[in-house]
Amino acid sequence: MKFAIIVFPGSNRDEDARHVATHVLGQSAELVYHKDADLHGADAVILPGGFSYGDYLRTGAIARFSPVMGAVRAFAERGGPVVGICNGFQILIEAGLLPGALLRNRDLKFVCEFVHLRVEQTDTPFTRLAQPGQVLRMPVAHGEGNFFAEPDVLRSLEANRQVIFRYTDAAGRATDAANPNGSVHAIAGICNAARNVVGLMPHPEDACEAALGSTDGRVLFESIVATVAAGAAARPRPAVVTAATPRV
Amino acid sequence: MRARVFVTLKPSVFDPQGKTIQDALHTLGYAGVHDVRQGKYFELDLAAGSADAARALAAEVADKLLANPVIESYRIEVE
Repeated sequence: MKFAIIVFPGSNRDEDARHVATHVLGQSAELVYHKDADLHGADAVILPGGFSYGDYLRTGAIARFSPVMGAVRAFAERGGPVVGICNGFQILIEAGLLPGALLRNRDLKFVCEFVHLRVEQTDTPFTRLAQPGQVLRMPVAHGEGNFFAEPDVLRSLEANRQVIFRYTDAAGRATDAANPNGSVHAIAGICNAARNVVGLMPHPEDACEAALGSTDGRVLFESIVATVAAGAAARPRPAVVTAATPRV
Repeated sequence: MRARVFVTLKPSVFDPQGKTIQDALHTLGYAGVHDVRQGKYFELDLAAGSADAARALAAEVADKLLANPVIESYRIEVE
């Protein structure tokens, strides 16, 4: 299968994602520049971490208007798997592809450390090979990862099982001390209502090889490969995705 | 026409920067500063024929880009 990894000005984890897709998983991957209007026939899209547009105005606020986002939106609306990691999560939220907002961390500190995540739901393209309740260890590196949503939005996220990952301790308990940024309900990652668009603040792409201290991120990327393989078996390969007019 | 747009976090949204500034002011002895909310300020130079048109244009760009309606609200002044 083929990953499209979107490169915005200021993306800096794009090569990490490509390394995992190609060297760790043995799949094909293409870096797609933000000015491109299509996804070059990719089967899954990764919006990588970084500081797109220098985090000017708000994190992800400018990147959502990039030409490629029209193609990403069209791909997502057709059910294609889209994953936003860290800044990619912030962009998906600003683009309205995921609900809520990501605020400045509770204690204003840029957090750069290993955390634990509990897998809450496994019926998404990013978690289908994980076990419910499985605790994964991987790093975070962000200043604005404090997930926020108004109470009614939060209720619907929980009721619809859209909270995919929560910050926990190593034993899977969601304690305040295990929450690195003050996210409401310890939310580390969510999906959309259709469950094909997933965003999370931690960096699974930096936890796929033992040399990096953890291989727990691998199952998430392997889940995408399995999802695409299952989809390819179930239906003919979709037509080439073309850009829709960006919604502004 | 010129418009000024003031963007602030909604009252329901915690503002850690404002709280940190408030704490610093208390450390400096300004106990009378009860609350601080930090926001963003934009000066727009607009091609608009009237104050109403300028206000409408400023509101449109605030809705689309300057403010995130999930967490922020804004106020516009036109001159």
